[in-house]
Amino acid sequence: VKPTPTVLDPTGFTLPEEHRTWLRWTIYIGYVALTAGIFHGLAQALSYANIDILRFFPGLRGYYQGLTAHGVANAIVFTFAFSNGFLPLMTARALGRPLAPALLKASFGLLLAGNLLVIYAVTTNQASVLYTSYAPLQAHWTYYAGLVLIVLSTWVALANMLLVLRGWRRDHRNARIPLLGYISIVSYVMWFLASLPIAVSFLGFLLPWSLGWLEKTDPLLTRTLFWFTGHAIVYAWLLPAYVSWYALVPRQAGGRLISDAYTRVVFILFLLLSIPTGFHHQYTDPGIPEAIKAVHAVLTFGVFFPSLATAFSVVAALEIGGRAAGGRGLLGWIAKLPWSEPSLATQMLAMLTFVFGGISGLINASFTMNQVIHNTTWVPGHFHLTVGSAVTLTHMGVAFWLIPYLTGRGLWSRGMALSSAWIYTIGVLIFARGMISAGLEGMPRRTFRVAATYTNPAWDFGGALTGIGGTLMFFGIAMFFIVIAMTVFAGVRGAQPRDVPVSETLTAPALAGWERYLDRLGIWVVATIVLCAIAYGPFLAMYLPARLVSPGFRLF
Amino acid sequence: MKIHTYENVFLWLGAITLVGCMAALAYGSFGLDIHLPTRAGEIDPQQVRSTAPFDQPGVREIAPGRYEVVMTGQIWSFTPAVVEVPRGAEVTFVVTTPDVIHGFHIEKTRINMMLIPGQITRNRHRFDTPGEYAIICHEYCGVGHHTMYGKVVVK
Repeated sequence: VKPTPTVLDPTGFTLPEEHRTWLRWTIYIGYVALTAGIFHGLAQALSYANIDILRFFPGLRGYYQGLTAHGVANAIVFTFAFSNGFLPLMTARALGRPLAPALLKASFGLLLAGNLLVIYAVTTNQASVLYTSYAPLQAHWTYYAGLVLIVLSTWVALANMLLVLRGWRRDHRNARIPLLGYISIVSYVMWFLASLPIAVSFLGFLLPWSLGWLEKTDPLLTRTLFWFTGHAIVYAWLLPAYVSWYALVPRQAGGRLISDAYTRVVFILFLLLSIPTGFHHQYTDPGIPEAIKAVHAVLTFGVFFPSLATAFSVVAALEIGGRAAGGRGLLGWIAKLPWSEPSLATQMLAMLTFVFGGISGLINASFTMNQVIHNTTWVPGHFHLTVGSAVTLTHMGVAFWLIPYLTGRGLWSRGMALSSAWIYTIGVLIFARGMISAGLEGMPRRTFRVAATYTNPAWDFGGALTGIGGTLMFFGIAMFFIVIAMTVFAGVRGAQPRDVPVSETLTAPALAGWERYLDRLGIWVVATIVLCAIAYGPFLAMYLPARLVSPGFRLF
Repeated sequence: MKIHTYENVFLWLGAITLVGCMAALAYGSFGLDIHLPTRAGEIDPQQVRSTAPFDQPGVREIAPGRYEVVMTGQIWSFTPAVVEVPRGAEVTFVVTTPDVIHGFHIEKTRINMMLIPGQITRNRHRFDTPGEYAIICHEYCGVGHHTMYGKVVVK
């Protein structure tokens, strides 16, 4: 074992108090959003169980207003607020260099301003278009502008990371980029490229249309641009969790990451394949040739491969830890893992739920088979096992060391932290079991079931499980919020971890040979753009110019 | 190192499984003739009511045992609200929308498609079992979304 010096030795890296503050507040925005978002999550889950609690929500004018808030708060604000804090910190720690405080402030300011605009639009019921923002449903311009600012905040966070990398490279000619920094940067480079189509859609079409500068818009093109970004956004949520699983969790479990090269290859595969797969969200759309959908189906199966590699790598790292702690036999090492450690236990639960998330996702991607489950509750059943558990639980688990690290206070109540994760996990498994089974019976997603004018007795059992599971999820997150709030206000000063738990690898990075090309990020960015051109070029060449056929509709 | 042998075996098995799944899907398309909606024509959404065939929505027999069902989905209903087709007939649904995006899912079938302003959506299905099948709009289309449904009656 030849750990790189920057792994185990945090000297040369001290996090200035000012940086600590901005990173902390960036992440807090996400927790506030998540906590607001779960109230309507509870209302939705209970609606599927035929229980209406919406009337107890003051100020809410309808189910779909709440559903918009739930999607934006939980899937966009919570996830990107975490990443905007976590990934720059990981880059700075891995490369042992400070971030630029001006960019930290700018990223925080953009995120906050974007949120305020979106909150205004949604709470005044001028933007009940759901987070997919499908035209020709038309929201108030502040909604689109707010989302643009939130995306800009992620670009500024990436710029900060790239500046750190540039400085590091100047001082380390011919050295390999430390792994933790490498995978953090690749994650956000992928997201930056992925976010360009939605930027075109919002800035070129939806924002000017909502301001009245464009009279009409193109529903199919803006929807296609949304999903051009929209599948990769799923990986933008997931990859920061993978950063923790690969580079931090092995250390927390007393194990080691098995391969430096494979880890880099996995992240490069995600960079290449996350984006050119969007049409698998549009299998049932008209206007898109079936052959192009087939190409995206194959590429989507391709992006499943690096997740398979991740499953092996992460479990192997845990096994090394479990055996080092005295675990024997085929599975005996599992019991020897430190399950009483909240941060690690929570992330292991995240991995467990993600097995089901991955399998159900592969079924979604399965071309004509998608017609069985498209837009049924199967789909939210699936993605609450990915973003709603693998990502959420990992963010929770990371928070259990990160918030103490950033605040200088020890974690408040390990017992409650552990309970929040277990209750949430059990909840999400019951919830998803309900949604998935009712979805197979055709129960529609995005639908206020308790008020619907049609029903089907076959949905009742799955709907009831959705309600029970969703209630447990609500209490799990509520407890998480209490743990975080109490840590911030009442955690024991000085009881925090002093360093980021960076893992060693069994095989160190090679200093010669093909692996060096993995660090030439420019090559991989160009390759990604070429793949996107192959995947989307034929459709755009056939379809453009845009068909501006639809005026805006405000039906909320 | 032993662990890397295991890793290679695991990844090869995974890759073979993925290729097997794709082969099954290819068989579904080429062998069983199961298809997704594809390009089926464009229309001005503001002229739907006066453009053929949507100026006369309904069921037509286009050949012995083959039917075409022309429908529109609009806030918050389908036109016609109920369509009747005989058992065993091959039915092609031709549908569009004059306003916003809607869903079009006939329960217990694989007719599951999107209606997008400006585009005509088309797919076909054979109903072998008599009964009533709800057509559900499964894409959010405004405050009345959960009241939007229709029916296929197979006799």
